Amino acid sequence: MTRPLLLTGGHLLDPSIGLDGIGDLLLMDGMVAAVGGNIAGPDDAERIDCGGEYVTPGFIDVHCHLREPGREDVETIATGARAAAAGGFTAVCAMPNTDPVTDNQAAVGFIRAQAAKANASRVYPIGSISVGMNGAQLSEMGEMVAAGAVAVSDDGRPVVSAQLMRTALEYARTFGIPVADHCEEPTLAHGGAMNEGVISARLGLKGIPSESEEIMVIRDILLARRTGGRVHLCHMSTWGSVELIRWGKERGIPVTAEVCPHHLTLTEDRVGQYDTNAKMNPPLRTQKDVDALVAALKDGTIDCVATDHAPHHNDEKNREFSDAPNGIVGLETALSVLMTWLVAPGVISLSQLVDKMSCAPARVFGLPGGTLRRGAIADVTVLNPTASWTVKGADFKSKGRNSPWLGSTLSGRVSQCIVAGRQVHTRTIAS
Amino acid sequence: MTGLGKDLLDLESLSAEQITAILDTAEPLKAISLRAIKKVPTLRGETIVNLFFEASTRTRVSFEFAEKRMSADAVNVAIGNSSVSKGETLVDTARNLEAMKIDMVVIRHQASGAARFLAERIESNVINAGDGTHEHPTQGLLDLLTLRDKWGTLKGKRVCLCGDVLHSRVARSNIHGLRKLGAEVAVCGPRSLLPNGAEEALGVTVFDRIEAAIEWADALNILRLQLERMTSGYIPSLREYNRVFGVTRERLDRAPRDLLILHPGPMNRGVEIDSDVADGPHSLILDQVTNGVAVRMAVLYLLRGGRPDLAAAGTAAGE
Repeated sequence: MTRPLLLTGGHLLDPSIGLDGIGDLLLMDGMVAAVGGNIAGPDDAERIDCGGEYVTPGFIDVHCHLREPGREDVETIATGARAAAAGGFTAVCAMPNTDPVTDNQAAVGFIRAQAAKANASRVYPIGSISVGMNGAQLSEMGEMVAAGAVAVSDDGRPVVSAQLMRTALEYARTFGIPVADHCEEPTLAHGGAMNEGVISARLGLKGIPSESEEIMVIRDILLARRTGGRVHLCHMSTWGSVELIRWGKERGIPVTAEVCPHHLTLTEDRVGQYDTNAKMNPPLRTQKDVDALVAALKDGTIDCVATDHAPHHNDEKNREFSDAPNGIVGLETALSVLMTWLVAPGVISLSQLVDKMSCAPARVFGLPGGTLRRGAIADVTVLNPTASWTVKGADFKSKGRNSPWLGSTLSGRVSQCIVAGRQVHTRTIAS
Repeated sequence: MTGLGKDLLDLESLSAEQITAILDTAEPLKAISLRAIKKVPTLRGETIVNLFFEASTRTRVSFEFAEKRMSADAVNVAIGNSSVSKGETLVDTARNLEAMKIDMVVIRHQASGAARFLAERIESNVINAGDGTHEHPTQGLLDLLTLRDKWGTLKGKRVCLCGDVLHSRVARSNIHGLRKLGAEVAVCGPRSLLPNGAEEALGVTVFDRIEAAIEWADALNILRLQLERMTSGYIPSLREYNRVFGVTRERLDRAPRDLLILHPGPMNRGVEIDSDVADGPHSLILDQVTNGVAVRMAVLYLLRGGRPDLAAAGTAAGE
């Protein structure tokens, strides 16, 4: 039995219930037992002094790759769940592009079992849209949802067939889950290694045009309009996508969207001289895209932040740019990157960031948490707003070291991650 | 700054002074290839590996002659794509070669950025002999030398690169080198074979019509059209390409001035260039090949620490 936990003197920050001020938080039996003011708490409660820190609902990442089963050499559910905890994510959604693919109820059950053993952050499985992610036959979504899947996606691959996407939206609607799509028109993007533009022309790398994303964004929005199914657009990267999503939302079409920390903060310039830690799909775009994405996050056109955490082995990244795999790790840097780039300069408030990293993802995927309301699950993140730290790969809990922020000094850091009223990550931050 | 540093990876990152120093160094080295005994001892005892991951005849042979005429010990390693299936990475291949105590690697590789990737990971000097669709700096230098020989200076001269600029490493090196030395640069070809936004990305003028390019230019550098561009859908047919973009005698005859003609080879006669142009009085195509050896000798010499002003002295010592 977990002892009650009493967080005292922290700045409670929870936009879901309009909480923004100093107060205590009592967690008992895996639930929020009391919130705000001075709480005496039971005698056996463990007290944690949160003075000078923010206490927020636990962050939720609706998009990460934990690689197990299949590539346990680059990440396991256990190391991924610990990396999530270190980054303040009390829950993450694991994409199904594992080997074998998470396309049936047994595979969903395996992920849940491994997550339970890991005993760190919660891991919610995402099932595949199609069997083997081959884009042909629908996966058994009903059984996967019954086994604990929270969404379906063929992420990493686009759903090429519009007809399959249509039926996926219809079928998933039956079970009340969103269909998360990796928007990429494959014939346009084929062979591309970075954003198509000035830099790709100079470096002699085949570019991925913005339109390869936008064509699929509008297709998916139109299919959501036709079917009433909920489409969730993964890792948006272009200003054009933002305009299309805005168009869809204005018409009441059931579309939601996420954006990654790297697309909110970095441009194609970061590729520099073929740095494979700046290679991801969708690629880093231009300042115009970054500005539009930030504005869209602020105004709600884009609903939430997601990391697209994608660990790769160093040997695979340490090679020719065009042959290196796409993706970067993100769980352990997301909060600090966004605090440094967006909150510190006053682009968005910390409260808005907490909404985008906790409340909104819970809402979008229909997950528990994302709030400190009394009676909610006791998933809590405590962060120190002034801590300054330098990113070092060796310090990651993730097995992945592929981060574009290695060596960067960031401000703001997670100090506690609490899942179901239990501390799963604690970091002492020197003041 | 006229020194070159450790490697020659591209012309984009070189200054006009550095490029000029290479060309000035190449000039006296040309004489070596005209002698009965075509050899100087400048690089005696130095070991150079020509590491070719892509097929090449002209460039590899040119480097090999340059190395041998400077008395370096050169080894050719031709690695097909099979090395990838064998599983050895580029960095492992290079480290193994370096463990045999070499001084320099000349690399040709199908991936853009491969030469830089290698240079950042080994201590030997690295020369880029063509990386993907990025750059081919020694080809760019030999084109510059060839034009400078004719004109004395590149300042204010107008050069148009014709054809498949999108996939051409030769084009990128030429564009950077020409612009740095004060020439005006244009490109001409079907838009499907030009980088989207070439004007902004590369600082060039774009001509849609070869006739307009010919009217504008002082020289044309006619790029090889890879024959697979048709099957992969960039252009409808080689026949139409020749009809619309081919550099023909008839088109050149309408030009207001005599144009110098360059081609990096190998040529597709009757596609991008007609034979009577390639073999005509203003063609510098074979001068390019001759100059290639001198330019590569200059680069080898400078990267191994040679002083530009002593290049001629070095050749004298070999006599």
